[in-house]
Amino acid sequence: MLDLARRTLLRARGLRKQFGGVTAVADVSLDVRMGEIHAVIGPNGAGKSTLINLLAGELYTTSGSIWLDDRDVTFWRPDRRARAGLGRAYQKTTLFPDFSVLENVRLAAQASGSSPLRVFGSARADAVLLGCARTAITKAGLGGREALLARALSHGEQRQLEIAMVLATEPHVVLLDEPLAGMGLSEARDIIALIASLKADRAILLVEHDMDAVFKLADRLTVMQDGRVIASGLPEEVRHQPAVRMAYLGNPQAFE
Amino acid sequence: MSFRAPSLAQTLFVVALFVALTLPLFASAYYLQFASKVLITGVLAMGLNLAVGQGGMVSLCHGAFFGVAGYILALATPGYDAAPLLATLPLAVLGSAGLAFLIGCFALRTRGVYFIMVTLAFGEMLFYLFHDSGIAGGSDGAFINARPDILIAGRQWLNLEKPLVFYCVMLALTAAVAGLLAMLVRSPFGHALAAVRDNERRARSLGFPIFRIRLSAFVISGGLAGLAGYFAAAQFGFVAPQMLSWHVSAAALVMVLIGGLRSVTGPLIGALVLTGLEEVLKAEFENWKLIEGLIVILLVIVLPGGLRQLGLLTTWAPRKEVAPASGAGRA
Amino acid sequence: MSLMTFGIQLLNAFQYAMVLFLVASGLTLVFGILGYINLAHGAFYMLGAYLAYWIVAKTGSFALAMIGGTAIAFVLGVILERTLVQRLYGRDHLMQVLLSFGLILVLDDARQILFGKDVHAVAPPSWLGGTIQLTDNLSYSVYRLAISAFCLAVAAAMFWVIARTRIGMMVRAGAENREMTRVLGIGFDRLNRYVFAAGIALAALGGIVIAPISTVFPGMGDGMLILSFVVVVLGGIGSVGGAALGALLVGITDTFGKVFFPSISSILVYLLMAAVLVWRPSGLLGRGEI
Repeated sequence: MLDLARRTLLRARGLRKQFGGVTAVADVSLDVRMGEIHAVIGPNGAGKSTLINLLAGELYTTSGSIWLDDRDVTFWRPDRRARAGLGRAYQKTTLFPDFSVLENVRLAAQASGSSPLRVFGSARADAVLLGCARTAITKAGLGGREALLARALSHGEQRQLEIAMVLATEPHVVLLDEPLAGMGLSEARDIIALIASLKADRAILLVEHDMDAVFKLADRLTVMQDGRVIASGLPEEVRHQPAVRMAYLGNPQAFE
Repeated sequence: MSFRAPSLAQTLFVVALFVALTLPLFASAYYLQFASKVLITGVLAMGLNLAVGQGGMVSLCHGAFFGVAGYILALATPGYDAAPLLATLPLAVLGSAGLAFLIGCFALRTRGVYFIMVTLAFGEMLFYLFHDSGIAGGSDGAFINARPDILIAGRQWLNLEKPLVFYCVMLALTAAVAGLLAMLVRSPFGHALAAVRDNERRARSLGFPIFRIRLSAFVISGGLAGLAGYFAAAQFGFVAPQMLSWHVSAAALVMVLIGGLRSVTGPLIGALVLTGLEEVLKAEFENWKLIEGLIVILLVIVLPGGLRQLGLLTTWAPRKEVAPASGAGRA
Repeated sequence: MSLMTFGIQLLNAFQYAMVLFLVASGLTLVFGILGYINLAHGAFYMLGAYLAYWIVAKTGSFALAMIGGTAIAFVLGVILERTLVQRLYGRDHLMQVLLSFGLILVLDDARQILFGKDVHAVAPPSWLGGTIQLTDNLSYSVYRLAISAFCLAVAAAMFWVIARTRIGMMVRAGAENREMTRVLGIGFDRLNRYVFAAGIALAALGGIVIAPISTVFPGMGDGMLILSFVVVVLGGIGSVGGAALGALLVGITDTFGKVFFPSISSILVYLLMAAVLVWRPSGLLGRGEI
């Protein structure tokens, strides 16, 4: 198998997160490799959101380590991880509502650009950033909607904008937090195609509830329950494991 | 760009500019001093707006930055002689900026309402520091008997005692400050600051170092407040702990409200309106504070968008390059 | 310092803390439940003191001053909430700050018109006058003890109402999720009104109660405003228990600070606040951002 040829870009080892007496995530380890989509699924309360927040840096681990490429980023803040090539799309759309689509994505490009905090010159007229932004917007399927304010977009378009912003930061690793949440069928199809197109030079971690999408997209699959990993491996193998069926439907015979 | 008849706002702006520039030709010393006072408070308000309007940080300790600069001048003015402007002005501005750095390091660990309260508390702390400790006269304050000047090789190159000269210096400074702020606002830094204001979480996950951005804006804002405070002390000839009170910050916030949070020069108009209003009220009524208070309340309830809501201020004053909150979609 | 002096200072600190708590609890309730930042809180404290002076001067009865003053403040709170404050719920905090500022200007001048700007002294009620012998060496002002007891009683009543009554439950619900209560509507409108009025009344009550042992002067509002804010920041917004804890900390720091470090005593409290914020940016018992 060509697995060995793919570099591991995101590595988590023994992640544990405790909130007072509650253990949200316990001993979770996973790898995400270049050119692959690694999906994480699990019933509600499994700890998937906590996991993503730990990987993104919005929560600090109680114990365990996280590596980006070969760097230990366990204690790095979210913005530092972002500058190191980690991108994140949120479950609840998190945009700059009063800025235009173009401006939202341009800001994303600025953040990972060469001099993001320059005090001279006009940000809006920066040709390099604008070019990068327009490319990302087109790739995300929002071409032609650039002038609209972010909050004037439909729900599906806002998700596309989220992804465009992530693209504009040119990340090596992308964390996608339930990108299909609340979407209709045709919108979902577009997003699925978009996600599939993203994986070429990147490592993607996808947390999702939509099983159709997961089995269409995932190269590898990890199943979580009550904060722990109960199965991990190739999707086709994982789906037949009794423990997985038990977790989802309380019935080892389910998923048949 | 084809020719269009100028709007009311544009006309007003040109008129105001014209008046400002030609004022020395026809105004008496009283009006020149009043105009200088307006410009000084305008600089304070514009500087504050970098933190409040662009940065979303409602600060109630800018009075402290304003007052500390004045005190630095007072302490640096020897007896009855004039202090050297070229040495004391940078000192005062750096002092205020440094103070803003110290306070910001603590205050910016908090958000929203906590931030407002913390800045209030730190501002008052400094008030008590000057009030109780007897620095420069303690609660009595101290006189600045001669305005700072520029003295090189035995010749006085700048004499601020003349209202005309003082006014011209203030006009030049105000223009410079407005220019600086306009540059900051349109720069990548300014946009990053606006992004942090609008959605801190998203800004951080994109890679913006939010603490550093906020602190920088806060420090610049504090330094500008110091600049204003220096000249306020020079003009008034007296410093007292009241200069550091949070009421100074609040008054500046009213000016920002009037002129518009999303405008660089708007607060300058706000300064004109509020200072002018106060002068008129004080002259006519004994209980002018009551009336001013009622007007402020009315403003907040009825006109929260400032003069812009009345259509009196729009595009010609250098506008912050951010899509207006009213979502008119001006790209 | 002798044991007796220490004892007196401790009692002073406690009494001071109790009054601080009274005023600060009003502030933290208004904050926590209404999400409204009321910078005019100190002005109501001052009004309470001036009302006390005026009512005692007119009627000679301190009890009447307490009841009447608090009632007047409560009614004023209801009127202000209905006409002005309720329009600003959920709005930018900047607007609330400016509204409060305008209110302060109005209240200051109103006080000047009604009561003048002189400094006054108010005599404590005769039945609470004098001192009481606590131990062989320690005698303490009866009135100060009475204040402490009174404030403790108010605190206990507040805790009981919040924890055990239906109104208290609505209050707690409001503090937990303001959005939800806004959606649920009706009952909460009136609840908000009474919470705001109660907050104001508590501030005024603080002023009334402190009048006999402190001078009544125009600038007293500002000082108390800042201190009550420090108490709320220390304790955590919306937490009445936090206000109690914060008040104790401030009371002790301020009182003993004046004894041991008189020259910098007034800034000690702020240094305390800075220290706590470094450790806990949401206050000691706070629940995070509002």
